[in-house]
Amino acid sequence: MRPVIPYVTAALLFGLGVYGVLRRRNAVLVLMAVELMLNAVNLILVTADTTVRSVLPHSGQVFALFVIVLAAAEIGVGLAIVLQLYRLRASVAVDEVPLTEPAESPRPAVAASAGPDREAGR
Amino acid sequence: MTGADLLLIALGAVAVGSGVLVVTTKHLVRAGLYLVVCLGALAGDYLVLGAELVAWVQVLIYVGAVVVLLLFAVMLTRAPIGASDDLDRPGWPAALIGGGAGLGLTVLLVDAYRWSTVALAEAGTAERLGEQIFRSWVLPFEVLSVLLLSALVGAVVLSRPDIGRPAPAADRTAAPGGVDVETGGRR
Repeated sequence: MRPVIPYVTAALLFGLGVYGVLRRRNAVLVLMAVELMLNAVNLILVTADTTVRSVLPHSGQVFALFVIVLAAAEIGVGLAIVLQLYRLRASVAVDEVPLTEPAESPRPAVAASAGPDREAGR
Repeated sequence: MTGADLLLIALGAVAVGSGVLVVTTKHLVRAGLYLVVCLGALAGDYLVLGAELVAWVQVLIYVGAVVVLLLFAVMLTRAPIGASDDLDRPGWPAALIGGGAGLGLTVLLVDAYRWSTVALAEAGTAERLGEQIFRSWVLPFEVLSVLLLSALVGAVVLSRPDIGRPAPAADRTAAPGGVDVETGGRR
């Protein structure tokens, strides 16, 4: 097995992920590009497991499993943020997200409707 | 060139090709489906490299769960059916940085490994990996479980409109399925 083949595959996939994150406007597509980058790192880890003799056997594959779990958590929170953004602004274009706090104008109703703090869950 | 090399080349070509389509296609839903092809080819790569458990977990979690979540998000954000023109920014910097990162890493790794060969190690079956995880990597494993729990709670808090989001609370409480005004203010 020649390890340079999967290594080059992983490098190209990582470059594609960087390109996608910088190029895409739609937040869901940005998340897909992030998945490409995470998978490139996973491929590097699994390949390194065969080429590098580590003290503990199969460390690279264990790391790859950990990265997969991290990616699952990341995609859950990321999609919650994207859906909240869509609910607030009816658009998921990442270059239209305001980076500053909006002015104090649209919130007179808050003070009226926000009652005393009851349970947080309900 | 052995059979494993040929398989790696073919699967790598499929993965990179569908990856190109993921970042360039004009159809939102097709991007998700190309991502399935890409992740499936990578699972095949893992199998050839002897990482059995990682390959099956990849199929289960990535192809099964993550892509389905992404497609749900595509539909929940009312993505248009068919091609849409406003998906991209004009991107010379993106092509420059992405291409630079990809080609730079390629040159680095090709220079490091040349055309050397390596004997495949013993396959990473569930038994061997489980022994490693629960013997040497127990603490990271437990920390990961806590992280998953906190991510779950975070996602729930983020997606409930009546928790912690002060901005337009008036129309929020009037939304269908919303809570009544007395209990539904900010936290």
